[in-house]
Formats: sequence, structure tokens, C-alpha cells
Amino acid sequence: MKYLKSSTLHSSLKESQITSEKVFWNRRKFIRNFSLASGFFGLNANLGSLAANPNSLSGSELKDELSSEYVVTHHNNFYEFSTDKQKPAQMASRFNPGKDWRVRIEGEVERPGEYTLEDILSWASIEERIYRLRCVEAWSMVVPWQGFQLSQLLAKVKPKSKARFVEFKTLHDTNQFPGQKRGAFGVHTLPWPYREGLNLAEAANPLTFIATGVYGKDLPGQNGAPLRLVVPWKYGFKSIKSIVSIRLTDKQPVSTWNQRLPREYGFYANVNPAVDHPRWSQASERRISDESFFGVKRIPTQLFNGYGEQVAHLYKGLDLVSNF
Amino acid sequence: MYQKIIRVFLHFLSWIPLAWLIFAAFSRQLGADPQEKLMEELGSWGMIFLLACLSMTPARLFVKRVPWVSYRRMLGLYSAFYLTLHLTVYVFLFLEFELSLVLSEVIKRPYITVGFSAYILLIPLVVTSTRAWQKRLGKKWKKLHQLVYPSLLLGLVHFIWQSKSDLNEPLAYISWALVLCFARWYAAQKRARAAT
Repeated sequence: MKYLKSSTLHSSLKESQITSEKVFWNRRKFIRNFSLASGFFGLNANLGSLAANPNSLSGSELKDELSSEYVVTHHNNFYEFSTDKQKPAQMASRFNPGKDWRVRIEGEVERPGEYTLEDILSWASIEERIYRLRCVEAWSMVVPWQGFQLSQLLAKVKPKSKARFVEFKTLHDTNQFPGQKRGAFGVHTLPWPYREGLNLAEAANPLTFIATGVYGKDLPGQNGAPLRLVVPWKYGFKSIKSIVSIRLTDKQPVSTWNQRLPREYGFYANVNPAVDHPRWSQASERRISDESFFGVKRIPTQLFNGYGEQVAHLYKGLDLVSNF
Repeated sequence: MYQKIIRVFLHFLSWIPLAWLIFAAFSRQLGADPQEKLMEELGSWGMIFLLACLSMTPARLFVKRVPWVSYRRMLGLYSAFYLTLHLTVYVFLFLEFELSLVLSEVIKRPYITVGFSAYILLIPLVVTSTRAWQKRLGKKWKKLHQLVYPSLLLGLVHFIWQSKSDLNEPLAYISWALVLCFARWYAAQKRARAAT
């Protein structure tokens, strides 16, 4: 704890935040049992090895920039609940996906089937990743996720050679997701179910992650429980929540926002400060650190959200302006 | 006498949203991004006061006893007040008063341009809202104050345009505006019939 208190960011935070992060770092001890992270005292040792290996995926170098647990769990674009960012946190209390959650894995795979959450978790080794999250709306956070690399899941179901893309779908159930009903004026906020996609190279990239938890706790409903994709170099809308279907295909899948407003939201959706959204600039972003009135600061946006070293090679020769 | 009471009561009501927003902002009740929420709420209240202001004339069609029109100026000024705060939060908090960013956003982003124009159109109306100006301008005053209609239209466009996908809230204001249009059309018909 001494380490946390001496860090400059934390000393400027309110007491309430420090408490939540204390809980977070304590929970690391629990996570240690499953992962490479070796508890609190081991953390400093880990940091030492990180400096020597800047390619490490854990994101420990971001740990002084963490957004507070409150903002991570109370500022959610999850239209399945509501278009209001505050409401998902309230509404998700009735959404408790459990062990009976099933994911249909189908298409060009050698082991298709309907798998339970338990099956999927049994294939995975849970680890922690601190990633930047950059929303297309030009706000951002730094989030400590727990979960596993998507590549682990893909290795288990074995994509066939024909597979070139992965399509994901969110649960479509108006009882659990009232935001999927029509609004008062008969308008659907989005065409349901929510769909997203990646090409196979993107899906297999070591950064591409399936989150099962955040801040050392099981993923809350509003963050996309029980399985949520995290693709940190792309705008947040690619990180589809509450996944019930994973389909390997040979054709580029339809993604919901691209379908809704193709001029504004592309299939790639790579974070890029040089390519503006038609309605607003993407050159800078509002980093939300905590929920106090001045807890937001405008900072420059980085190409690929700062993950160029890991992913720029995927887009070599691709025109990033027309393939936005 | 009762007119005065209503007036004081309306002033009181008009300050409630602002008082609540300030309280909520500092007691962490505006969510994870209080600045943005504050900005949105101030914009919505600006729209609500503008529509309320424009509802005073048609309200005469239904209840004749209340001197509706005498509250019109006050509601219009409260609308301008909330919209000024909306713009202030946008420029000083949202864009952190980075002048180059403010200029490029106002010029390059159509929905900002449209919202900004709607605000600019309201300024002469605020300036000439006094009785002295009303006298000075005579018949031209009424003509000038018809600028409120393009301003409302641009405001609605700004509202629809900034929303990412959900049209349900803007549609509520559009319906209100349509009802007002219809009421004005109906009143004009009635006048025309009375004249013949």
C-alpha cells in the first residue's frame, strides 16, 4: 500500500477512490492463484521485468493512470439497457448471467457447438490486462480487465482454413435488455442483436482479449457480463458485450454501427487521431479519471490508441483513411 | 395581484433546474462525466424554455383568462440564459477553452455550426426584449422576433444531429414544436374566417 500512496496520481485522489483501488490490489492476491501475476509484493518485481520487456501485454505501466472503479462501472455505452450512460449500472442489477450462459460457436470451425460459460472458462488461463479504452465519442479511460486472450478460445475450437473473419453477437432478449424494445416513438435505437466482427489476424492478435472481470471482480452486467470482447486499439464499439455467438466466416461480417451509419462508423474502427469522425474531431480525447467535477482532462489521441507496436503490422499498405 | 404571484412562482420554478444541476455536479450525482451531463442538461433546459415560451401564444386559444403572453418574455430570457450556460460549459470545460479547437469545431462540425447559429439568432432578441426597444422598433419588432422560429428549427437540428442514434428524446421536442406549428396554423385559419 505504501507504494500506491506515494504515487503522484493517487495522492491527489479522494479517499473514496483509494479505498476502491485498495480492494482492487488486494484482489490481485486472489488472481495470483490463477495467473502469472504474483501478488502485491511480486508486483514490484514484475515491474522490473516489464521495464526490460516493453512488449509485455499486461499494461502495468498504465497502473498510475487507472480510471476509478466508479467511472469504469458507471459510464457505459450499453444500448441494450439504455442510451443513457448512467442507466446501465442501475438496470444491470437484474441482469445476472450465470453458469447456464451459453455461447454458440459455429461456422468455419472444426469443433462447433453450444458451449457453457464453464466450458469456455476451463479452456482459458485468466490474467490481468490494463488497457486504454478509447470511445468513438472522444472520451477514454484506463481499465484493469481480467480475462483471457481470444486466441486461446480460437485454438480450442480450431478455425478451418476457409475462416477469414470472426463475427460476434450479443444476447437478444428484450426481457433482460429492455433497451432492445422500441422507444416511445416506435424507434429502435439500433438494429438488434448487436453484432461486431474482426478479421482473423486481428482476432488472433495477443492484445485481443475476452474480459470476464474488471477491477478484480466478476464483470458487472453493465460492462458486458459474462464475456466481453476487448480490442484496445479500436474504438470501444468494437468491444462487443455479453457475447452469445461466435461465428467464423469467409466473408466480412456486418457490424451494427457500420450497418446503422456506414459513413460514420467503419468496419476497422482503428483509433486514429488523423481520421476525424464526420461530426467531430478524433485528434484529442477527454480522459475520465474519476467522477469528481474536474476529473476529466483533454489529452491527445494516439494512433492505434498507443498500441501501434503490437498491431501496426496488421494494416501495412492499407489506406487508413478510406478503411476507417 | 395573482399575476404577480404567478410571476414570482415562475421565476422560482425556472431556477430549480440550475440549482439542482449545481448541487448534483458537486455532490457527484451527474455520473462519471459530470461536465458532459451538465452540458446536455443545460441544452435540454434551453430547448424546454424556448418551447414553453412559444407555447404562450397558442395557450390563449384554450384558456383565455390567463394572461399567457405576459410570461412569454421571461421564458424566452430563461431559455437564452440556459443556452448561454450550455455554450459556456462547452467552450470552457468541454473544449478547455483551447481557442484553435473552439474555432475549428464551430466551423468544421456542422452540428456545432448549426447549434451556434441558433444561439447567435437569439442574441438580437435578448437585446431588444425590453419595452423601450419594443417601442423604438414599432412594427419591425414583431418581424425581428420572428427570428425565434429559425432559431428553434436550428436548435432542433442541432439536437438530432448530435445524438448518436437515439431519436426518442429529440422526437419529443419535435412533436411539441409541431403542435405549436399546428396551433398557429389553426389560429390563422380562424382569423381568416372571421375576416371574411
